[in-house]
Amino acid sequence: MSQTTVTTWEEFMEGVWRQNPIFVMVLGMCPALAVTVSAVNALSMGLATTFVLTSSALLVSLLRKMIPKEVRIATYIVIIATFVTVVDYLIQAVSLALYDALGAFIQLIVVNCIILGRAEAHASKHPPLPAVINALGMSAGFTIGLFALGAVREILGAGTLFGIALFGANFQPWVVMVLPPGGFFVLGMWLLIFAAWGRWRQRRQARLAEVTQHA
Amino acid sequence: MTDTTQTLPDMTPATAMIRTLGLIAALCGLIIVAAYQGTYNAVQENKRIAVERAVLKVIPTAKSIVEYYALADGRLEKVGAGNTASSAVSSAAPGEGAIKFHAGYDASGKLVGIAAEGVAKGYADNVRILFAWNPVKSEISGYSVVASRETPGIGDKVGVDKGFLANFPLDAKLTADGKALAHEIRTVKHGSKANPWEVDAIAGATITSRAVGKAINEAAQALLPRIAPHLDTMKEKP
Repeated sequence: MSQTTVTTWEEFMEGVWRQNPIFVMVLGMCPALAVTVSAVNALSMGLATTFVLTSSALLVSLLRKMIPKEVRIATYIVIIATFVTVVDYLIQAVSLALYDALGAFIQLIVVNCIILGRAEAHASKHPPLPAVINALGMSAGFTIGLFALGAVREILGAGTLFGIALFGANFQPWVVMVLPPGGFFVLGMWLLIFAAWGRWRQRRQARLAEVTQHA
Repeated sequence: MTDTTQTLPDMTPATAMIRTLGLIAALCGLIIVAAYQGTYNAVQENKRIAVERAVLKVIPTAKSIVEYYALADGRLEKVGAGNTASSAVSSAAPGEGAIKFHAGYDASGKLVGIAAEGVAKGYADNVRILFAWNPVKSEISGYSVVASRETPGIGDKVGVDKGFLANFPLDAKLTADGKALAHEIRTVKHGSKANPWEVDAIAGATITSRAVGKAINEAAQALLPRIAPHLDTMKEKP
């Protein structure tokens, strides 16, 4: 992965699509299942993670030459914990209702494996700009994943999207969808869709290759 | 995976590690303190607005709010009074057993309601509620949930369920000697409410409904007898 061959856009889309943390790598499941009971919660969690992931990637990348390898994990955790604390205060300053809704999961961003994984596997080996772009792409993929879960669960489980009622007063919400099992149901459904799509694409490529061979 | 630091054969000296860790810790400490200082005012303001909004929700006719402590010896004390220097830090409770409550006044300065917090164990965790007491009619006119971890879609319905909210107002008259409520406020099984001081539980959310009833009862039993003798002095906004 040398910088010259990978353009910034591809670097960004890598996290959004080909290595989507939720649907492809299936990482960070703790917040993905726990806070996605509504679209707003899911988006806010995604944005909070975006902030932490991008800032820590930037700082790790800037300091990468002076961090000895023996203490790199400790350093990354301290840096990540710092930005989690910052985002914790920021959310309290923006909205206490949101802070209560996200609960302990803001603090738990510290142990989100995507963030430590990015710091270790990417930011510590790349200059700031590609590191930040990669982090932004991963965060975008994570946020999209959370939103896909949160929106479906809110629509099915509460009959609303962003708190706006979508169906008439007679709609009987599918309550299990906003309960913990619903998270697994919806995640499984999304994974199924992505796996089916991936296989369909593979088969089509194989068919295309066959056709070109014959021609 | 050809990291330059990993291919170095010699060990990193301990001083370098300590220096790096120390430097990063200092940098991170600086960032955290800056974030704390930068958001402090906004967070405090948010907390104040949240309390005010919650009180105005349970006392909809109120236009302004005054906070009091009902002290254990029967006296009332305005929050922040007497210690103007530290009035911003109102969390310092004056003495053992003091109960904080909010008196709501309408535009003309008349007392329209008293709001206080109550807490009881629910299904998942403590359910914290804020209830409003109407001093004219001696009834609990309404309540709202301040914080709960009840099951979404089941237990958390107590805050929004129309049937449950129709329980209010609840009768909350004091006994003749003013020492306790004339009738204990209690939650009864769904559909068996017979008296104006009973709370009709939500079917399927009985435990949370009971927690709400208990929280209101315990808080009202403790607070209302202390407030009752002072109602005349509190009638007009100070």
